Amino acid sequence: MIEISDLYKSFGDLQVLKGINLQVEKGEVLSVIGASGSGKSTLLYCINGLEPIQKGSIKVDGVEVHAKDTDLNKLRQKLGMVFQQWNSFPHLTVLENVALAPRIVRKLPKRDARDVALKQLEHVGLGDKIESYPGALSGGQQQRLAIARALAMEPEYMLFDEATSALDPELVGEVLDTMRLLAEEGMTMICVTHEMGFARDVSDRVAFFHEGLIEEIGPPKQIFGDARSERTKKFLSKIR
Amino acid sequence: MEQTVQFFSGFNVNDFLFLGEAAGRTLLISFVSIALGTLLGGLFGWALYEGKLFATFALAPVLDVFRSVPLIIQLVLFYNFAPIVGLRLDPFMSGVAVLTIYTAALVANVARGGIEAVGQPMRRAARSLGMTYWQDLRYVVLPIGGRAVFPSWVGVALGVMKDSALVSVLGYVELLKASQILITRTQEPFLILAFAGAFYFALSYPISLYADKLERRWAQ
Ligand SMILES: Nc1ncnc2c1ncn2[C@@H]1O[C@H](COP(=O)(O)OP(=O)(O)O)[C@@H](O)[C@H]1O
Ligand SMILES: [Mg+2]
Repeated sequence: MIEISDLYKSFGDLQVLKGINLQVEKGEVLSVIGASGSGKSTLLYCINGLEPIQKGSIKVDGVEVHAKDTDLNKLRQKLGMVFQQWNSFPHLTVLENVALAPRIVRKLPKRDARDVALKQLEHVGLGDKIESYPGALSGGQQQRLAIARALAMEPEYMLFDEATSALDPELVGEVLDTMRLLAEEGMTMICVTHEMGFARDVSDRVAFFHEGLIEEIGPPKQIFGDARSERTKKFLSKIR
Repeated sequence: MEQTVQFFSGFNVNDFLFLGEAAGRTLLISFVSIALGTLLGGLFGWALYEGKLFATFALAPVLDVFRSVPLIIQLVLFYNFAPIVGLRLDPFMSGVAVLTIYTAALVANVARGGIEAVGQPMRRAARSLGMTYWQDLRYVVLPIGGRAVFPSWVGVALGVMKDSALVSVLGYVELLKASQILITRTQEPFLILAFAGAFYFALSYPISLYADKLERRWAQ
């Protein structure tokens, strides 16, 4: 379970998160929507400790992420993250991209790391590309590679930061399908997304971010059909 | 060394071997200096990138000095002043010391550029997989940044190899010094300098070729 309470985060004078309270249960899929600049990415970075916080607390399975004695490298193995820019390692083959972290972080023997990598690449439908270099893949394939790379750490949570925003429209579907597959398999996911169809169909709950606060959170039915907040309605009417 | 050469007036096969041997010494002093200088320069480049107070205010200006003072002045100063502080180094060691620092000063900037070329998002992706700071440096920054600045590094290395000719002022018999010795004896400057030039070319051209091949392989 991820428990966030009274979270404040700023960059210098810029207050970005202004008191976030949020709990994500095991197995839950949460979509996070909201205008650009409202702090959605920052929240994900705070959850896996890539950004320090100023106040409040984030606990993952009871472990305080921002406590001094927390081993972040170990904690991050639980928290897979997929970015808008896929950041595949250009000097490694597809297989090596996925096998690297299992080998050096999980310290698996080479063979086992390779097996894990193969399994996850087949999982995301890239089993036939293992010897290619990322440069030879489409954006959608590179993003699925990034998903496989994160999954190879066998995380318990997946954080997606606009995984499809940098993709050509015709490539969005294959990545969303992969995410949908993970959701069906029971992965706990926080998905920052602009894909309202995905948010509506796949998530258990949807959170609408507005200027560093969760303006409204609830089941997709509520957010998309019967929003309580005027701001939520306004945001949704604008993007449709 | 000079004594082994017999005193003929014309250029002969032995002279050619003598040049070849000297080319070997050029290669040796260059190789040692470039290798040590690259290690040290990589370390300096990392310090510059991390930009701690020490790096910005102490290291950067010092490296600027070594980059901008002509190598020949550095060599003569070092060779003459090192004994004063108790360092008794032969011409080879003195040459290695100065060329290493000089290479390191040049490589430091190249290395910093390499780290910058990798970019924050890539490094965050690496860290998000649970890699430590050092694993990120070793497995992500080094190979990606290294490839990005490899052509600049080859440029530095080839430059240092040519600049190693200046170590001749200390009496180390590398290619240029050997040529001077032969010219004095044979009075055939054009022929001998042409040979020396050909040796320099023979040393650096394979490196250029190999570098090109590597770059092409990485580019695919
Ligand atoms: N590293 C940073 N340094 C300074 N400001 C930042 C940094 N990252 C994000 N911000 C600012 O924080 C705000 C929220 O950013 P972000 O979390 O990326 O929003 P979102 O993902 O919702 O678009 C923006 O105003 C952005 O400019
Ligand atoms: Mg964002």
